[in-house]
Amino acid sequence: MTLLDITLLSPLIGGLLLVIIGHRPIGGWINVVVGAFTFVTSLAMALDVFAHGPTLSSGRMFYIDAFNVYLVTLTAFVGFTTSIFSRPYMRHEVERGRLSDGRLRLYHSMYQGFQFAMLLALSTNNLGVLWVAMEAATLTTVLLVSLYRTPESIEAAWKYFILCGVGIAQALFGTVLVYFAAEQKLGGGRDDTLLWTVLHDSAASLDPTVLSLAFVFLLVGYGTKVGLVPLHAWLPDAHSEGPTPMSAVLSGLLLNVALYALVRLKMLVDASLQTHLAGYLMMGFGLVSFMVAGLFLHRQHDIKRMYSYSSIEHMGLMTYAFGLGGPLATFGALLHMTVHSLTKSAIFITVGHASQLAGTQRIDKIRGLIKTQPAIGWGLLIGTVAIAGFPPFGVFTSEFLLLTATMKSWPWLAVPLLVGFGVAFAGLFRHLHPMVYGEPPPGQQPVQANMIPVMVHLALVLWLGLSIPSFLARWFEQATVLISGGSPL
Amino acid sequence: MTELSQLSLYNQAIILFAALVLFTSFIMLAQARMLPMIFAFAWQGMLLAVVTALVALVSGHPHLYISAALTVALKVFLIPWLLYRLAVKLNIHLEAEAIKYPSLLLLAGAGLVIFSYYVALPIVHLSGLATRNTIAVSIAVVLLGMLLMIARKKAVAQVIGFMSIENGLFFSAVVSTYGMPLIVELGVAFDVLVAAILFGVFFFHMSESFDSLDVDRLTRLSEVHESLFPPEEGASEEERP
Repeated sequence: MTLLDITLLSPLIGGLLLVIIGHRPIGGWINVVVGAFTFVTSLAMALDVFAHGPTLSSGRMFYIDAFNVYLVTLTAFVGFTTSIFSRPYMRHEVERGRLSDGRLRLYHSMYQGFQFAMLLALSTNNLGVLWVAMEAATLTTVLLVSLYRTPESIEAAWKYFILCGVGIAQALFGTVLVYFAAEQKLGGGRDDTLLWTVLHDSAASLDPTVLSLAFVFLLVGYGTKVGLVPLHAWLPDAHSEGPTPMSAVLSGLLLNVALYALVRLKMLVDASLQTHLAGYLMMGFGLVSFMVAGLFLHRQHDIKRMYSYSSIEHMGLMTYAFGLGGPLATFGALLHMTVHSLTKSAIFITVGHASQLAGTQRIDKIRGLIKTQPAIGWGLLIGTVAIAGFPPFGVFTSEFLLLTATMKSWPWLAVPLLVGFGVAFAGLFRHLHPMVYGEPPPGQQPVQANMIPVMVHLALVLWLGLSIPSFLARWFEQATVLISGGSPL
Repeated sequence: MTELSQLSLYNQAIILFAALVLFTSFIMLAQARMLPMIFAFAWQGMLLAVVTALVALVSGHPHLYISAALTVALKVFLIPWLLYRLAVKLNIHLEAEAIKYPSLLLLAGAGLVIFSYYVALPIVHLSGLATRNTIAVSIAVVLLGMLLMIARKKAVAQVIGFMSIENGLFFSAVVSTYGMPLIVELGVAFDVLVAAILFGVFFFHMSESFDSLDVDRLTRLSEVHESLFPPEEGASEEERP
């Protein structure tokens, strides 16, 4: 049994176990232990890949290289830290009477099921299985979005289900077209023509017209899941109505996985087309998402909705950067993926505590966090400062790299980028300031909060901003070379 | 370009079935009552299964028999039966939905078919007449499914639209590439099954929370709404203990 098998099996078995005992007090602990175990094995696997290069599993079902192994580790890490936060948080929700035991069991088992689906999507070598895993990631989370069974949450889950389902169906059609192109070239009757490694080796000979048509469908399909404007309508709803740990993993991880799928396919299409069509499309969609989401930040009334728009904004920026291509932009995008995941999940964890403290998610009812409970107030403030791209946090570094890359190849695009940063910054801070500094409403009591995951995440982001450790830099560099063919260092 | 009559019997049969699949899509689009709509969906599944078996027979891809069997089990029996049972249980099986502008809807559908042929045009030089038609038809079935979901307000109709999109995708995979690899087809079938069950769960939640399965009622979460009625929402928040 390889490390990869263990990494994949542990959330699967953990999920099945939690189907039976997820409602007991021990369920939350099992969730944490499984998360920790997955993280440790994924880290071991990452070190192995780092030392020995890409590995193809026997049977060629799984392919692990520098690009996906770092996302696997990130996914396992954020899944683990969020599970630490989720245990007391969900207990508290049960005590408040918002959840029954049965739903807690559903929550815990689906949490691990979701982890499994994401790890499968990241590690599989088969484009079809990639699609199946992405769809499975939707299916495992759709009932979690409606976990509270309020009319709003049911509406949000329905939108999430329908929009992501229809969206991702387009991606399946794109996958069929890729398969069609491959069969034309490599001959039918083989069962390996949908493997990414096989396709990548022969990408240059695939028919460009079919692949460009395929990429449009793939971009719409996986782009829906990334949350690109105008396909983003499900995202703020799903992220704001579900339980907060779910918002943290949806924003921090699921969007990354969808973007990962898109970038993998772009690598194929680029090799076949020999033009920048895929890149241009991604740049366009990404930039529009970045700008529009920044504007939407200004008119939010719900704290979780606001931060989900911030996720759209950052995903747009990453899509733009991957579309821009070139070593520097790709390196920046990979770094941005990491720091955004860490920061955004930390923010959502803090937001969860803040809304338990205030008893509502409405921004105008959340006041005086620093006075009532300094840990939460400062956590929210520092997290938001980090996500808005202030130095010395890692988001600043990656955004600076992206800006530099833009200056080099598309100087005039630096203008909308800078404006977008400013608009998003203003949108976040006009809401943030009264929430953390304002006068707390009378009788507001501190809640039991576990801020350790937040501190760990923010410390990591700070570390990445001050100095990227050399092993991590080389790791990103390996991934950059894979994606863009050149090294930024 | 080859004339239809010069094609092999197999290709003619494939084109015939493609036309029938497209026809069932139009039936679903225009059918206002729930039960006939569910039956039309089951018929589309049946046609897909027949096409799959035919392709398996002629091309000698034995794994397609498994796909055909899966299609019969899932799309002809299980999912329509689930939908039927839910419709009876929620007492909506006799309801008819008032479709706005039915003729316009059908014309839009016809427009989408033409558009699909246009989209499939670049693939022409890669393949024969039969494949070109079938790819265009499968794109059309996907787009018609989306049109159905946009035009109809009943949750059941939306689910049928959703599932018929999946039918279109399945059809394209069978006729253009002799199906996807078996593991992918099994995975997709599993996802579809889970999705169908989840839809059933949602029907109950929706009818409990909204007293209807009209998706028009789902208007609580939108940017426009929130900015139009902020004081109301604030007031309801205050009433909460």
